[in-house]
Amino acid sequence: MKHKYLKNVVTLKLNPIKCIGCGMCLNVCPHAVFLLYNGKAEIADIDSCMECGACARNCAYEAIEVKSGTGCAAAILYGKLTGEEPCCDCCGK
Amino acid sequence: MEQISTKLTKKDILNTWKARWGINRMNYKKDPGLYRVGEANEMSPVLVTANYKMSFDMLRKELTGIDAWILVLDTKGINVWCAAGKGTFGTDELVNRIADVHLSEIVSHRTLILPQLGAPGITAHEVENRSGFEVIYGPVRAADIKKFIIGGKNADSDMRQVRFSFYDRLVLTPVEIKGAVKIWAIVLLVMLVLNFIHHGAFGMTDYFGYSAAILFGCFLVPLLLPWIPGSAFAWKGWLLGIIGVICLNALNGSIFVTEYSTVRAWGYILALPSVSAYFAMNFTGCSTYTSVSGVVKEMKYAVPYIIASLILGVILILYDAFIYMN
Repeated sequence: MKHKYLKNVVTLKLNPIKCIGCGMCLNVCPHAVFLLYNGKAEIADIDSCMECGACARNCAYEAIEVKSGTGCAAAILYGKLTGEEPCCDCCGK
Repeated sequence: MEQISTKLTKKDILNTWKARWGINRMNYKKDPGLYRVGEANEMSPVLVTANYKMSFDMLRKELTGIDAWILVLDTKGINVWCAAGKGTFGTDELVNRIADVHLSEIVSHRTLILPQLGAPGITAHEVENRSGFEVIYGPVRAADIKKFIIGGKNADSDMRQVRFSFYDRLVLTPVEIKGAVKIWAIVLLVMLVLNFIHHGAFGMTDYFGYSAAILFGCFLVPLLLPWIPGSAFAWKGWLLGIIGVICLNALNGSIFVTEYSTVRAWGYILALPSVSAYFAMNFTGCSTYTSVSGVVKEMKYAVPYIIASLILGVILILYDAFIYMN
């Protein structure tokens, strides 16, 4: 079963002009957000995106943009309270 | 270099269980470097992993009958996915480690198999440019690695999707509960002390209700996650919490729950579900599918509500305990 989180929030963007259809984004995405169609990648299921950033990082053609970061509520709270980077101390600093 | 077994010892299994309970979790490491499995030679595949010993064990136990090299990166004892997000399971560490172990002198091929969940930290094309080694992303789960290697390094879409099954969620709850113990104990202590100062201020209903609220958030919500209506975790926590409080209030005056006033009942309605909501919201950090933007949005509404209702609820309960009652 595919878990569902909040809709219409993610920052994922794919530029079809820069995309050459290498399929790397399909290889690295843990939630089958992309598919290949007519030689280019497309976003098939944007609300399943968890903004891990794997796709953007591994796109050699800079066709993908996404704002990734720490998605841990405790870390975000800590970051807001201290003015520092979000950190919940469980990642080994 | 070290020859390693693909069999986990009883000690390994015990230590894995301990790590799940947060015992020595932050110092459960394997030395970074290259390790040999089976009769690995210069043509055998190179599998990359993190130096969290659990990650290392979860990989090697799937390699029975396989000849391979395991390249362990220094991720400060953190698992692959978290380290990738943080950047420690990263391009620089991989490139440096390849040079460190003189990998190009050990294998004649120029291919690395990386766990797919390392991708948030690894720029594959940069690794290739800098080290000469091509990065191939293997399956998400180590359990599929044998099938992947034997099947010609092809992953089907099922191998590439992360799951979050009941069991996956269950094994994450001990660490969540452990994280809540300190605050749980402090508040319980405060209630006991206040009850000592003003007898009758708090009773079994309070201790029990409060403890249940925490457990609902840390344990019940994770277990029942996909079956609780709504997408936001804080909401799921609040929903289970309010159901719990309604039951608690409904039992008021029964043999299970000591009688208490309407003021206290409203105090519970305001305070307890917010406690559950807070701990449920925290579970987003353990989950495998919540987006950063989603968590931020969720928190924008949940945090002010939790704070406000908690303060109001506690005021009502304290008023009832010290002023209203007698």
